[in-house]
Amino acid sequence: MAKKYDAIIIGGGHNGLICAAYLAKAGKDVLVLEKRHIVGGAAVTEEIYPGFKFSVCSYVVSLFRPHIVRELNLAQHGYDIIPMDSSFQPLHNDVGLCRWGDGARSRREIARFSKHDSEVYGEFGKVMTHMARLAKEVIDHPAPDVASINPKELASLLRMGKVFKNLGPEMLQMNTKLLTMSSADFLDLWFESEVLKGPMAVSGVIGTFLGVRSPGTAYVLLHHYMGELDGAFRSWGFSKGGTGGVSDACASAARSYGVEIRTEVAVSHVKIVNGKAKGVVLANGDEIESKIVISNLDPNRTYLKMIGENNLDADITTEIKRFKMRGSSGKVNFALSGLPQFCKGREGDEYMRGDIAIVPNVDYLEKAYDQAKYGEFSERPFINIVIPSLTDPTLAPPGKHVMSCFVQYAPFDIKEGPEHWPQLSEKFGDAVQATIKEYVPDFDSLVLHRQVVTPWDMQETFGLTEGNIFQGELTLEQLLFQRPIAGYAKYKTPIDGLWMCGSGTHPGGGIMGSGGELSAKTILNDKAI
Amino acid sequence: MPIGTPFHERTEEHCKNKDWKDWAGFFTANSYNVVNDFEYFAFRHSAGLIDITPLFKYKITGADSGSFLSRLMTKDISKLRLNQATYCCWCDNRGMVVDDGTVMRLEENEYFVTAADPSYSWFNRFVKTSDVTIEDVTETMCGLAIQGPTSRDILKKMCDADLDNLKFFWTTKAKVDGADFFISRTGYTGDLGYEVWTENENAIKLFDAIWAAGKGYNIRMAGIAALDVARIEAGLVMNGVDYHSSLHALTPAQMSTPYELGLGWTVNLERDSFMGQKALKKEKKEGSKWATVGLDINWPELEEIFNEHNLAPHTAAGAWRDSIPVYHRDDVTRQIGYATSGTWSPAVKKNIAMATIEAAYAKPGTKVNFEVTVEHQRRTVSAIVEKPQFFNPERKRSNPKK
Repeated sequence: MAKKYDAIIIGGGHNGLICAAYLAKAGKDVLVLEKRHIVGGAAVTEEIYPGFKFSVCSYVVSLFRPHIVRELNLAQHGYDIIPMDSSFQPLHNDVGLCRWGDGARSRREIARFSKHDSEVYGEFGKVMTHMARLAKEVIDHPAPDVASINPKELASLLRMGKVFKNLGPEMLQMNTKLLTMSSADFLDLWFESEVLKGPMAVSGVIGTFLGVRSPGTAYVLLHHYMGELDGAFRSWGFSKGGTGGVSDACASAARSYGVEIRTEVAVSHVKIVNGKAKGVVLANGDEIESKIVISNLDPNRTYLKMIGENNLDADITTEIKRFKMRGSSGKVNFALSGLPQFCKGREGDEYMRGDIAIVPNVDYLEKAYDQAKYGEFSERPFINIVIPSLTDPTLAPPGKHVMSCFVQYAPFDIKEGPEHWPQLSEKFGDAVQATIKEYVPDFDSLVLHRQVVTPWDMQETFGLTEGNIFQGELTLEQLLFQRPIAGYAKYKTPIDGLWMCGSGTHPGGGIMGSGGELSAKTILNDKAI
Repeated sequence: MPIGTPFHERTEEHCKNKDWKDWAGFFTANSYNVVNDFEYFAFRHSAGLIDITPLFKYKITGADSGSFLSRLMTKDISKLRLNQATYCCWCDNRGMVVDDGTVMRLEENEYFVTAADPSYSWFNRFVKTSDVTIEDVTETMCGLAIQGPTSRDILKKMCDADLDNLKFFWTTKAKVDGADFFISRTGYTGDLGYEVWTENENAIKLFDAIWAAGKGYNIRMAGIAALDVARIEAGLVMNGVDYHSSLHALTPAQMSTPYELGLGWTVNLERDSFMGQKALKKEKKEGSKWATVGLDINWPELEEIFNEHNLAPHTAAGAWRDSIPVYHRDDVTRQIGYATSGTWSPAVKKNIAMATIEAAYAKPGTKVNFEVTVEHQRRTVSAIVEKPQFFNPERKRSNPKK
């Protein structure tokens, strides 16, 4: 008789692997099925061009939960993050603006644009870091259900309320503003320089189909102050060996607890008998049985493909279809024969070791969004560039580099129709390269290889519906007890024994691991297996 | 007043923040930049270059040099093969540690010894035969440590030494632009790494060759602050910080034996007589009073204390070197030891310390209480006793596969 598992996890993204590790650590018999040849989902490192290792999709790490690292011994399994020190914004006919870990140095840089801003900058960071403590409380626990009178839910709400209360009235007011305003307007409360506000505002719209002047985008700014690396709240880092390193560490930890991981196994759908999940049916028709099934896929795929509309109430189907995926970004990765110089006026390469943001001012962003609203990719997009091989030389041959470009806006719903993205792919890559050339005139001569990842590719290759990098937009109405939909926000689905663990669940996307961790803990608490 | 090392004109160019320290009478960069985490990360992800010239350095020559060193050191140096190196310590006749360092056999009858303290007179007083000569080369020879995963590739690029086959704690001779130097696969970071040694007049030539070869491998200058984090992760004790030389200690309580420092593995007890042998034999039989351990300091508990003050948890940047009390797990008035140095470990993602603790509590897994100061208030959090070595990557000892 074929083996029956306690749990089968569909999709070997980092959340799926983490969920598997927690369940196996608790003694459960777990199988992870991954469609691709490698695990990691959107957090993968692939040698796209010989000798050059790319973080194909997700490329920096910040929000990964430190307690997961501790509880799963991930450091022992190779989890290794190198912090980034600087954030550089090139400008035409100027040395640009570079913000550093060194406060005095940043102050002098900002003062070139606004003396006022240069002094407020540190204060702003302090307030945001303080408020980030609140956000941490929210992301480290399952979302309490505000509609419930269950004492557990109330206790959880109370605990959260206490953290709010401790913030004090000033911070509470600030918090309300943060939750309701647009990121550009919120920054206007503090800063006057359009140059400085450009790269700061953009962090409010990463991965959403909104502009920096759209209300509700301000709170995402917090994400930049929420990262915890190495025992301190600080911002961003590179994973050693590319972001696939994080997934590999999660997979290694999972295996050490006894998880079985199979790659190149595609699941067709969940086997549902009398409204209960009984296992999975593979694309080749084989069936594997299990007590429960956990989907690491996005809500759209989980509900509409794994469960299927036939097994769902019509109103739930409607809600899931309304859940906003709408991918807005692409990736362009380059293998380079040498190091590009983004600024002739700066010595050395220190200023390029963090991220390089092509976003000269706030208007530039809004214009980029304007084009996207009407179904075109931005001709002059926001580009967030990193050259991780400067810090981690193992990613490319000596003296050569990998350069990763996150590009927004690239709407999934391009006016020609999303299925036309493959024909537009190179044109999109050309637009990105032309934008970079405005700052690095000899850029073309350095390019050995270019990989373009459009929202269509993210959907087709990485299984992210409509190419949404967070498995669904991180906007307020799609968060907390409404992620993915009200009533099923605690990793459950309408199908008994079918659970969810991906970024489409609370608390959302980014390489956090929270979905995987909290789903596993919820499953174990519920004694579902 | 410290003086510059032969590398000073180069290190000075790199030391942007002018953060100089006095290390044994030489100017040494504590860090090279205001934000200096990257110096540490170079040790773990690429290569960090440290000027280690201030170490005291001796050449011991003569037909009897091997047996002389064997009488002096806890380790049987006569067993050391040509080109081999070893780490050990040396004691006084009470078995109390005087210093620790590296001994390398460079020729049949020539040894190279490094030490933290001036040791010429200590060594010299045990010369009993005429065929031993001790030469203090501290001021005539200089050294650089290049430590980190890309250090081998860098050295391979700048010289023709057979580094692919050079094993952990072995040495080899090399030439750069006509100048002689030698390489030992040793270091103080617990990572893949090498130390290169040469006469002072070759210093700049050697430095420039390494620096040029290191481009493309993310070579970085690294200061003592970064080195401290790495050596604590690797569980390597430091003279003057984690223990005191018996020559400098004011009371017996300030002295330590090799066993107490976790250096029992460097003691070859059953052999011809050596300094401290009798006392060490006795200690081995009767047990030690103290032990050196690692502490894994509980992070959630520390986080909770910060929470009480409405603060996010944080640790000091870099390593610390204060004496911090360690208490009994059930009784926070009963002190059972003290931590001597510690750091947040980026490599193992733990808040760790090195501590001297009563031997009865030294077993890995033992729970203790550790004093922390948060917002001016002294509190305790729990900590788990571990071996001092938290980080020990395979690459430290391995060679490339053929």
